Amino acid sequence: MDLFIEQVFNGIGNGVVYGSVALALVLIFRTTGVLNFAQGEMALFSTYISWKLTTEGMPVVGAIAVSMVIAFIAGAAIERTLIRPVESGRSPLNVVIVTLGLFLALNSLVQLFFGTDPQVMPSPFPSGSVDILSATVQKETIGLIVVLLLECLFLWFLLQRTRLGLKLRAVAANPESARLHGIRAGTMLMAGWALSAAIGALAGSLVAGERTGFDATLMQTILVYALAAAALGGFTSIWGAVICGLIVGIADALTIQYVDPLDGIEVVLPLGLIMVVLVVMPNGLFGRRTVERV
Amino acid sequence: MSLLTLENVSGGYGQSLVLHDIDLTVDEGHVAVVLGANGAGKTTTLRAISGVIPVKGSIVFDGVSLVGKTPEAVSRLGIAHVPQGRGTFSELTVDDNMRIGAVNRKDKEIRADLDRWYGVFPRLGERRHQEAGSMSGGEQQMLALARAMMARPRLLLLDEPSLGLAPLVTRELFAQLGALNREHGMTILVVEQNANLALDIGHWGYVLEAGRIAVQNSAEQLHDDEAVRKAYLGF
Repeated sequence: MDLFIEQVFNGIGNGVVYGSVALALVLIFRTTGVLNFAQGEMALFSTYISWKLTTEGMPVVGAIAVSMVIAFIAGAAIERTLIRPVESGRSPLNVVIVTLGLFLALNSLVQLFFGTDPQVMPSPFPSGSVDILSATVQKETIGLIVVLLLECLFLWFLLQRTRLGLKLRAVAANPESARLHGIRAGTMLMAGWALSAAIGALAGSLVAGERTGFDATLMQTILVYALAAAALGGFTSIWGAVICGLIVGIADALTIQYVDPLDGIEVVLPLGLIMVVLVVMPNGLFGRRTVERV
Repeated sequence: MSLLTLENVSGGYGQSLVLHDIDLTVDEGHVAVVLGANGAGKTTTLRAISGVIPVKGSIVFDGVSLVGKTPEAVSRLGIAHVPQGRGTFSELTVDDNMRIGAVNRKDKEIRADLDRWYGVFPRLGERRHQEAGSMSGGEQQMLALARAMMARPRLLLLDEPSLGLAPLVTRELFAQLGALNREHGMTILVVEQNANLALDIGHWGYVLEAGRIAVQNSAEQLHDDEAVRKAYLGF
């Protein structure tokens, strides 16, 4: 029983990271209508910036904050310089191909700038563990969960309760009509990319801090799990992305512990989930069916 | 006093011209009606005014040239464009849709305006927390009107508001439009296929044919002109 609870908490610890990256994917999907395959590598780059700043003697929290600001600006710049010029093209595939190119480019740049050796990112959370329900849980895991919950609350507030959020949602729902209401659609898309990049920077930096070491492959499996979480959540819901991130994380941890035949190839789990979702319920658990009336 | 003046306006999509030398005036406080068959260029005329398509010629709104302006900029000058398809933000609530109408307003009377338009359109008030896309076509058209009014525009552009609506609903809608003009002094440019209803609330009418203004006259005269009816309006 203790082992089971420990694995569940392990899963939650990973799950919040998947949820967080899924959140960033959903945000761009909702505002731009494309899947940003470079999301993970953008986060990786930001993580290296956080790490580099800590090696220069900056405190961890400050380093992550600075990296988030840089990511925010870079996200906006990427939308403006790389995404927008191809967006007006005939096929949405153009944007997808650009994000795939960005994936490869960022990964190579990271190795070029920061080398290929594994590095150690300090964690902003206290080390040690506490006992919950007779299971031992790392304080870092609890820290991660708290930060992600705060992030969700912030985003929910931003989208549902502010004027900027209303504009973002308007552009996501009907960009042409939004423009006729005086909303600068281009600026909103940029804001969507900027926000997602900042969220990714936070997620990447925190997960790197939780691990014993990280290198340029850090975000690749995470992106697969995040895609599974986003698909399961239906790609539109913020809470759906987070909850499904947790579901995927817990399912993964339990698979590793209890399903021996999948030991070592547990990544088939998120891939299987994506398959099942696409085939059985294309709108996911929390997605809405697109209904249009004439 | 003319609020909007188009002179020699030509425009279209890419290489193909749809509008040829359109001259059109909308007077302050009036309802101008543009009639014409499918493909005559009615929608394109509105899109030219809103800056959705590039145009040649002159479009002046209250002394300001609209040529070369983006839809965002035109909207901010006080022109509310209700497009064909009603521009509904389907997955947002009715309330959010209404607030989008007022999204660029800085004054403190937004809430008061919300209550006011929910008063005019009680069905929207009843459904304010419902997803806008789940409402009927008629209700969505009411929402489009109310949402446009939330911007406190000086000119309302309406693109075939009767499209896809049942006759009874269409009549109700035009009654509301007439009231908007009479009671709130709203200046309206409406593009329609339903000539009778539109001319009933209109002051001046234009008939578009193949991208040119074929006939223009007071709404009354157009309404009673047998020759125009037969030649252009098909009834």
